[in-house]
Formats: sequence, C-alpha cells, structure tokens
Amino acid sequence: MNSRLTQADLSAWEDNWTTEMGAWFPGERVVFRGQDLFADLLIEPGQLSWMGLMLYGICGRKFDEQQLKLFEGIWSISTSFPDPRLWNNRIAALAVSARSTSNLGLSAGLAASEAIIYGHRPLVASMHFLCDTRQRLIKDESLEQVLEQRLTRSVPGKPGAGKNRQVAKIPGFGRPITAQDERIQPLLALAEHLGFDKGGHVVLAREIELALQCLGHNLRMNIATLMGALCADQGLNVRQYYHYITLCFSAGIMCCAYDAEQKPQGTFFPLPCERIDYSGPAQRQWE
Amino acid sequence: MKENISSRIWQEFAEADDPFSAARCYCCGYDVFGELIKKIDWLDYLYLLIAGGRATDEQRGILKVLTVALANPGPRDHSVQAAMSAGAGGSGSAACLMAALAAGAGNFGGAREVYQTMQVWQRCGRDIQQWQLDLASQLQAITTNRPCTSEETTAINEPCSPSSVSADLANADVWLQMEHPAGFSPYAKNCPTPVKQTLLHLVSVSSGSHLCWLSQHRKILEETAMMPLAMSGVAATAFMDLNVDPEQGEMLYLLLRLPGAAAHALEQRENGWQDFPFFADGLSLRNDPLETEMGKNPAARHGELS
Repeated sequence: MNSRLTQADLSAWEDNWTTEMGAWFPGERVVFRGQDLFADLLIEPGQLSWMGLMLYGICGRKFDEQQLKLFEGIWSISTSFPDPRLWNNRIAALAVSARSTSNLGLSAGLAASEAIIYGHRPLVASMHFLCDTRQRLIKDESLEQVLEQRLTRSVPGKPGAGKNRQVAKIPGFGRPITAQDERIQPLLALAEHLGFDKGGHVVLAREIELALQCLGHNLRMNIATLMGALCADQGLNVRQYYHYITLCFSAGIMCCAYDAEQKPQGTFFPLPCERIDYSGPAQRQWE
Repeated sequence: MKENISSRIWQEFAEADDPFSAARCYCCGYDVFGELIKKIDWLDYLYLLIAGGRATDEQRGILKVLTVALANPGPRDHSVQAAMSAGAGGSGSAACLMAALAAGAGNFGGAREVYQTMQVWQRCGRDIQQWQLDLASQLQAITTNRPCTSEETTAINEPCSPSSVSADLANADVWLQMEHPAGFSPYAKNCPTPVKQTLLHLVSVSSGSHLCWLSQHRKILEETAMMPLAMSGVAATAFMDLNVDPEQGEMLYLLLRLPGAAAHALEQRENGWQDFPFFADGLSLRNDPLETEMGKNPAARHGELS
C-alpha cells in the first residue's frame, strides 16, 4: 500500500473535521459521543461521574458502577502521592514556590509524567507487554520462551541513566528505589472487593512473576503491571489505557502545588551555590 | 549526607556573605559574567550550552542559518497555531509557549521527527543503499501500522478482544508510530521552495558531509520515500553537521522554533478571539441525536464566551 496522502486528500480536510466525538451548540446544548450531555448523560437516572464521562469519551461505552470504582481506585491508590520530592510533583512545587501558577505547574507536571523510570511510558509498556504476551500464548508460544526473548533482546539504552533511555526489558516488574511496591496489596484488596482480582490479565501477571522467579530473576510485579492488567481485564486497549492514565497523577501534583502556595516564595528546597558538584572542564579563557 | 546537583556544565562560587547568591558563574569552564558576556553572542553560547564546546566558524554559520530558517514556521503551522489559540483566548505567555512546544514536539513536522531522522542518519550514514533499504523498511512499517480509517477505529474501540489487541499492539509507547518516512513531507507535491532554499544556503556555509550528501542525493531519496524532503529533514541533517546527537537535536529544534510562536501568540492575544478562526462551519457531527446541522449558529461568533 502506498500510505502517501495526496495534496487533494489534505484539501478535503479544509474546513471539514468530521467527528463522532461531540460538539458544542452555543447557548443550547452539548453533544458528547452521540448523546446530549445535559439531558442524557448527567441527568438522573443515567448520571455519569466525571470518571465515567471521561471513560465514555475515550472508549465510547459506559462502564458500570463497580468498574468505575475500580478505575477511580486505581488512580487514588497508585498515582496520587502528595510528596513534592517525586519528580512530576516537584515541578508543580517548584513552579508555585517560584510564584508561577498552579495550573502551569500541574500542566508541566503532567507532561513530565511521560517519564521512563515511572509514569506513562512504563505504564503503557507494561500493558502492552501483558497483551502481547497473552497474544503469543494463544499462539502456543511458552511463557518462558517469551520472557527469555524479552530478557535477551538488545536495547539502545537503560531506564535509569544515559543516552536513549528506554523502559525496562520486562516492563512492570522490579522497582528502582525499593523492591517492595506498597500499592500492590491495597489495589489487589480493592480489586478483590469489587470482584475483579481473577481476570485473565491479572492471572497472567501472577504467572509472569512466578516464571521470572523460576528463571532466576527476582523481579516482582510492580503497580504498573497490576494497573494494566486490571484495565485490560475491563476491556481497555493500549491506546485507551494511555488516555485513561494521562491525568492519573493530577491529585498528587495539585496537592504539592497547593502546599507550595502556603509557604513563602522561593523556599522549596533552596540550594546554596556549593551544592553544585561541577565535573566539567577546568576554568579557561575564551580566546 | 547532603545530596548535590552534579553538572559538567555549570559551576558557581558564592558571594562571601551569601551562600545562596553566586558571585561567579562558569559555563564549561568559561567565566560567564566576567568574560563571556563581553566576547560571545547568543549562537556561541547556545552551542556551548548544548554541545559543551565552542562552535567552529562553520558551525556558527549553520546555526545562524537555522535560527532564521526555523524561528517562524508561520501561523498555519500546528505549533504556532497552538500558541495563537492560547493567545486568542487570552492565556498567559507561558501557556502560549507550552502550547507551541506540545504541538511542535511530534512526529509530523515536529521535534520528534527530527529525533527520528537523526536516528536514521546514525543507522545509515552516507550510504545511499542503506538509506534506500531503511526508507523501504520505514514504508513497510507504516503500511503495517498505518493509521485507522474511521471504520477501523470503531473496531479498535471495541473491548480488548484478541483481534482488537493485535490492531493496537504497535503502540508500545506514548508516541504514536510514524505515519510517513522521517524527514519527509507526506502532503507536499514537490519539495517546497523554502526547504530547497534553506538546504542550498546551508550547503553554502557548511563543508560538513551530511548537508552536502543530502543535497546531492535529495531526489533519489525523495523517490524512495515517495514524498518530498521536509524542513525537519533538513534541520536534522544540519544538526548532524553540528555534531550534536538526536536528543540534543530534538531539544534545539524545539527551542529554535519558539520565537515565531511567541510573536504570533502576542499578536493574536491583542487581536482577540473574534479575529481568530473558530471554524464555525467546519465541524461535521455524524451522530447528532437531534440531527441538527452544526456550525450555523451565529452565537459562536458574537458575544462573550464563558
């Protein structure tokens, strides 16, 4: 197939954005994925929560109350830490400490959440890994074979430092700062309470963890795998999942911004000059 | 133990009576306020900061051309238009530039495309056969992972069945797959005049091997890619002659395209929202429950919007 679009194709798009996502009719109504936002979606008895509305926008289907509790619980338990030392949270704290606006800090913090050692990139990669593995097992490959292939593949960079940093070879297993992921148990408890702890992807995640131990890799499932498994079990695909997690850090980031607002300007972890360890060229003259 | 910032770029010495105020700042070993501000200009300093060393006269020449060629992609460009959209609504200056960065970061004419193109350079060097193979491979990947038609989108939006998973598995990252060969322009009929002019002028100031090679092989590359060279491809090649790596090139491209975004955002902020296209008649809603024709309501053009 020739994927090239011709000039005529682009002209066809001029003043023509065709969509099923929705539109605003000024002063009258809003259509949201084929339904009237005010009459059909937000008025009892079919009222949707904000999470429900967002997921309806992303996936085009309505999730039930139990599912929405799970989706909201995933955010609350997994990605809402109000600790300003965490990298994305820190951006908002720095912004507001420097007396920028919270919104700018939050926006930049969310953008930074597309990181490699945490955040959206390992989250997406983890779900992709689970779905891909499930596909390959359906095609009669063995789990050991899939994992060995993953572990031995050559990648241009490492997650933690260096050029061309990449997410881990087995994304969603192992953790950089501490081996123990304190979020697994509470999220599993929520999933169990809601009846979602025995879905196919959650079971597969446990099998992968076990298989990794058998192969001699002490890599425990981290929260990225459990989040991805639970969402895949609810039928989200990788791109839908990516959009679902886009705002998942917002509660923690916003709290850090608000906290910084309460403190005097410029006081967030100030650094004296001597706390820059310089290792570059010696002092020299520009001749 | 106190944790410090490690840097090969910056060193500071504090004022005698104030540990938080720097008396002297050194960039890569050079005294910034004692010497550099008297001796160098923005281009020297930019190169020193990004590349860690002094630009040669030739590299300064390349940067000089790039700073003009890239500074303003014009108000139709996605990144500039994003900044203008912020400006027209009355958003703050940082929001305007953040908008430009977001829309100008991508695979289609943005900084990610420059990054991708520089990676092609790293894979292929100045070997035309390697380039042809690589471009063919890129086209093959695009065919396999091509964007969905609206009918196919419906299929992908279905629950995570094995068939919909396989359609979605190409996206293992936050970045979408390339939809055209990196560095080329999927919508242009021929190589646009400004792209040719920029390449020509860059070649005239550079004896660097990448720009010359691109100029000599442009047509055969365009034939293989089945589309003309884009400005992102020229910029990526110039960055190769600047001896920076893909991550440095990506960052430079983002930086160098901001002046136009800033200028146009300021202009639109002053002009106001009523003077900025709303595309009032441009939206076609396929599933309006009332089957009302969209975009005809004059209220969209008049009165204050909250």
